[in-house]
Amino acid sequence: MKTLYDKLWDDHVVEDLGSGDHLVYIDRHFLHEVTSPQAFDGISKKNLKPWRLAANIATPDHNVPTARGQNFELESIEDEVSKIQIIELDRNCNKFDIPQFDINSEKQGIVHVVGPENGFTLPGMTIVCGDSHTSTHGAFAALSMGIGTSEVEHVLATQCLRIKKLKNFRINLLGCPRPDVTSKDVILYVIRSIGTDGGTGHAIEFSGDYISSLSMESRMTICNMSIEAGAKVGLIAFDKITESYLSDKVQLDKSEYDKALEYWKSLSSDSNAKFDKEIEIDVSKIKPQVSWGTSPEMTSDYDSCVPELDQNSDKYSTYKKAIEYMGLKEREKLSDLTFNKVFVGSCTNSRIEDLRSVAAEIKDKRISESIEEALIVPGSGQVKLQAEKEGLDKIFIEAGFSWRDPGCSMCLGMNEDKLSPGDRCASTSNRNFEGRQGHMGRTHLVSPMMAARIAIHGGIPHE
Amino acid sequence: MSEFKNISGIACILDIDNIDTDQIIPTEYLKSIKKFGFGEFLFDGWRYHDIANINTPTSSRSLNQDFILNQAPFNESKIIITGKNFGCGSSREHAVWALRDFGIETVIAESFGDIFYNNCFKNGVLPIALNQDKLLMVKDHVSNESKLHISLADKNIVIKNEKIAFEVDSGMLDMIITGQDEVDITLSISDKIKSYESNRLKQKPWLN
Repeated sequence: MKTLYDKLWDDHVVEDLGSGDHLVYIDRHFLHEVTSPQAFDGISKKNLKPWRLAANIATPDHNVPTARGQNFELESIEDEVSKIQIIELDRNCNKFDIPQFDINSEKQGIVHVVGPENGFTLPGMTIVCGDSHTSTHGAFAALSMGIGTSEVEHVLATQCLRIKKLKNFRINLLGCPRPDVTSKDVILYVIRSIGTDGGTGHAIEFSGDYISSLSMESRMTICNMSIEAGAKVGLIAFDKITESYLSDKVQLDKSEYDKALEYWKSLSSDSNAKFDKEIEIDVSKIKPQVSWGTSPEMTSDYDSCVPELDQNSDKYSTYKKAIEYMGLKEREKLSDLTFNKVFVGSCTNSRIEDLRSVAAEIKDKRISESIEEALIVPGSGQVKLQAEKEGLDKIFIEAGFSWRDPGCSMCLGMNEDKLSPGDRCASTSNRNFEGRQGHMGRTHLVSPMMAARIAIHGGIPHE
Repeated sequence: MSEFKNISGIACILDIDNIDTDQIIPTEYLKSIKKFGFGEFLFDGWRYHDIANINTPTSSRSLNQDFILNQAPFNESKIIITGKNFGCGSSREHAVWALRDFGIETVIAESFGDIFYNNCFKNGVLPIALNQDKLLMVKDHVSNESKLHISLADKNIVIKNEKIAFEVDSGMLDMIITGQDEVDITLSISDKIKSYESNRLKQKPWLN
């Protein structure tokens, strides 16, 4: 009896290399401008070509400007080093014939948004990318994980990875959440409960009636942040919702589709499969979550306080440093904080459902006077187009948000979208690390709904 | 990659849990398209007061003298001793390149981020995971005497008269010692990959 992870693993082992090492076949490889140049250079120096061209799809996302507008030209990128990296991706894709949604493509966007919406992400696949949030694609019952640049080179050259099998960890999410609790709150709560190393060495399968009730967008948010719980692989079983999402994205003829569907329907854990670790969480007890510190596990209920420091705790020095960096006081109420920046975007929360959730909160309202900048950055050209079709862009702009072009943007501040020292930002992204959104910037991770509420109130609203 | 069987040198303690790869090397320096030259930006946000980019000369920067890696003898550290979950977060291999370029040959921690852990072995940096008790012994020793000796052949850390054993996969350790190229090794069994591929297309024709 096998877990979903066991099934996906067994289906892709090319060779058992001994002492736990396996050669594992990779079906899909996403590439972006930041972690690929050294890998392309590596295969060039060895005089190799990509093993299977059709496995690869590239798009620039990490450091593209997001205020591009129409008729954008690469030459206009002011940051010379960013420009070189984007040009280098173009050059490598042309040289090796790798398909790319380039910076001017209507389909350009964050790889983890672009992949699923174009049918590149399919159930049962092994999927890799030089980006830790590749775990996102696990929402499709695909074995997907982030890899380093040496491994990007290895996959380009051999279509395989040399890896060891992970352990199995199941998190059962049960019950019905409050209406103001989204999948972002649930995954933040999971991380807070098991810690940022709770899933280390494991593939986490998320299951339970709560997961079954979620849209694919919400499932992607959950799997996206499994890496923030230490698990490079997050998984959710295939079901009717997966099938329905794929129906207009997969281009297969009827007989191929039927065969694929039959296989996809086998992609769930057997009823008596054994997990190395298993926990259960009642989501009805979860409140909206807000991170207070510099690690995603430093998260609390929105109506609570900054923790009190305990000199006898082994967390003392880590917590003390975080509280100082974040400009907080022990026992300070989170609802007393004043925010001056809001960021809605990233591979965690930049899909159409996220944008709709923000629009519903801010319609006919204005952002607070304390908010100096509120960015809303769609995950892809297609998300942007859909949002504009629905008139969401007008709602954002009227409320005082800046409506941008697709990219990773302020999630990691690699382009010009950065926090300034001391800024306090409500962010729908995935990491609140020191300096993540800009030097000395202070990040509070929240759901799109909470980000919208903070934009309107300037702080975390009281009940 | 240098062949080495032992690591001996200055060890510094960074007594913080969950040091993420954004701290090891901030995003700004990921704009380089090279594989070397990251050492001067290691722990950039902690080592300097100012911000920079990949073209900023180190001599023009404002050093944070309070940070341990800016203080002698720790500015020549070969070993970092830290808490749990070192290298969590982003998959950026630049984090390992920065450690390596600075001269760090091993990181001793209670645990590591999975992706970072794998990346280390590809670049000759040895990650050593120790349980809390052993880690405490190593920290105590280093607090009094800044040097540490590690034997790769015996898989132990030598402290005075005691030897603290550590576990590391022999195959992965070999990669560090010999610096062998994994692509070459894998391509030597490319017939196996081809045969897997042809079966795959028979069974799953929808995958091209």
